[in-house]
Amino acid sequence: MGQLATALVTMILGVMGCAAYFYGSNFLLDKIFPTKSGAAKEVARNLRVANTIRPWLFLGPAVLLLTFYLFYPVLESIRLSFYGRSGEEFVGLSNYKWLFSSDEFYESFRNNMLWLIVVPTAATFFGLIIATMTDRIWWGNIAKSLIFMPMAISFVGASVIWKFIYDFRTGGEDQIGLLNALVVFFGGEPQTWLTIPIWNNFFLMVILVWIQTGFAMVILSAALRGIPDETIEAAVLDGANGFQIFYKIMVPQIWGTIAVVWTTITILVLKVFDIVLAMTNAQWGTQVLANQMFSWMFNGGGDFGRGAVIALVIMVLVIPIMVWNIRRANEEMEGR
Amino acid sequence: MITSSKRTPLTYLVHATVLFLVIIWTIPTAGLFISSIRDKSQLSTSGWWTALSTSEQRLVARAHEPKAQTQVGDRYVISGNLFEGDAGEITKFGSSSLRPDEFDVGVVAELKKGQTLQVMENGDYLFSSPSEWKGSRGQRIFYTAETPPRFTLENYREVLSAEGLGQSFINSLTVTIPATIIPILVAAFAAYALAWMRFPGRALLVAAVVGLLVVPLQMSLIPLLKSYNMIGEFFGVGSKTYVGIWLAHTGFGLPLAIYLLRNYIVGLPREIIESARVDGASDFDIFRKIVLPLSFPALASFAIFQFLWVWNDLLIAMVFLGNDAEHMVLTGQLRELLGSRGGNWEILTASAFITIIIPLCVFFGLQRYLVRGLLAGSVK
Repeated sequence: MGQLATALVTMILGVMGCAAYFYGSNFLLDKIFPTKSGAAKEVARNLRVANTIRPWLFLGPAVLLLTFYLFYPVLESIRLSFYGRSGEEFVGLSNYKWLFSSDEFYESFRNNMLWLIVVPTAATFFGLIIATMTDRIWWGNIAKSLIFMPMAISFVGASVIWKFIYDFRTGGEDQIGLLNALVVFFGGEPQTWLTIPIWNNFFLMVILVWIQTGFAMVILSAALRGIPDETIEAAVLDGANGFQIFYKIMVPQIWGTIAVVWTTITILVLKVFDIVLAMTNAQWGTQVLANQMFSWMFNGGGDFGRGAVIALVIMVLVIPIMVWNIRRANEEMEGR
Repeated sequence: MITSSKRTPLTYLVHATVLFLVIIWTIPTAGLFISSIRDKSQLSTSGWWTALSTSEQRLVARAHEPKAQTQVGDRYVISGNLFEGDAGEITKFGSSSLRPDEFDVGVVAELKKGQTLQVMENGDYLFSSPSEWKGSRGQRIFYTAETPPRFTLENYREVLSAEGLGQSFINSLTVTIPATIIPILVAAFAAYALAWMRFPGRALLVAAVVGLLVVPLQMSLIPLLKSYNMIGEFFGVGSKTYVGIWLAHTGFGLPLAIYLLRNYIVGLPREIIESARVDGASDFDIFRKIVLPLSFPALASFAIFQFLWVWNDLLIAMVFLGNDAEHMVLTGQLRELLGSRGGNWEILTASAFITIIIPLCVFFGLQRYLVRGLLAGSVK
């Protein structure tokens, strides 16, 4: 409890410090360049100077933090990828050579590709189906809320939940894992699901699909509601059935939103780490890039060069989405 | 939406499909919760879906110690109850581990040296012997019992104290609260500047924020770890501090915070802000008195995001706060337990439930703001 009190006090101090910075800097600016009184010429000049400086007072902390926590590290990671274990000696391209000759990299790259194909597709697909169907029934909101719920659960928590489902008991013992119990019920042989090569990746992906479907559903549901009623009414009048309306009228109109959902989940998938670490610790052929990067960063004292190279691979995979996002944002700004 | 309010077969199909999907989506969490309040021994021998039915178990118990014996006539008797107050029903019993179901309940079993043992259905047992019972430990009794479903909070008590989850809970709060509030403050000012102030480089900064939105954390970890080590050495405080992780979460949360808040603030009515400017209010006053109160919904949305993200984070906590018991957050602790107590589902389920209960409360309590934030963040 004492610790929590310390945290609260520190927090209050921090917040007050922040507030004091904004208040103080603005107060100083107004004092040094007074704009409320004085000669007209003086005021006009002061106003101009103050208006040039003030945005940077507002932006200062954010720009500093963004630079230190995101911008500089990207450059530094690129530099480190050419350096050795501790980041001190220059080793040229040897980290890259190591990467492209390492079987582990190909394993994690292949798995990441599987994740990239399966998870965004499945989550978007289920999200779209559920959004369409829940819009038509009276208890749709309750259903949505329940399907959305896993979003609040941490990846580690979700891993425990699903590891329990995949649990395996040897011999004739009763299976307490739901999946094996179902398999036994239908007359099959119980399996240790998480150790079956290739397929175990899919058992891990199920977890992320379970978490992300709610996200896709919420966004797509809002987009579906934005579809003008007239287009659907016209289709109904023309005698289109429910499926035709869905595929030919509704889906094309929300194509942009589907793309946004897809890319958002894609980015999340590229960074997937907790699930693999908690479920299999990357054993049995389930390694992924983010987890591999983490283990190179720490295991055996850590190899910063190799870790940085793997991080760069993730970054390169993200860049197309980044460019697309910036383009979209720019178009929007111009539209305003 | 679609104007078919008739009860067609399709409508029933929709109801059935949605119900099916909802069940699939909720069952994992339900199983976790039910398991976490089940009795330890029942949990490990039967599936949670049987939680409400009686379970048959092979158990072993010790009778009272010989010093509790009483003399009845010419025989020495030790008696008691195997369930010690709990409910249950015994079907078979035995006195050796080789044949735990040798005798039916109620039978007077002949043991060696004229000793007898009788176990009744309700758990009452009676040892009887012609000579005095010797030794300091009680006799073992093997029995097969049908125990009714038993629910308990014992698992929670155990993980909160013995497994260190109580401490982790406090650590998680310590990390989460400041890491939620600081970025809001920093981002709100920046978002206002990017939305309503004119200065060179504004468009570039907005583009940079959008770009940084998707920069993978992994890119930052190694350089930051190096910087933290250097800074820690310089101040002599070690590299893993709460301040360090607060700032890290702030830095990583800022792009989304600025993006969300800017989108919201830029949409506020121009007239309000212009007229305040005409009245001579400085940007600082406008921000403080007009923009901040009006932006409450957006601030709440981001606060929920950031709270969930920080509370559920494992990676940043592992890198910047370390893995020692004193600093371990809930997710880290849970992951540790998953490794060390892999098969002890009573511990894992209860721990997992403790880690997800706060986010679930936040989620169900403030879902409206969460949804609004999600929409602002991605639908255009």
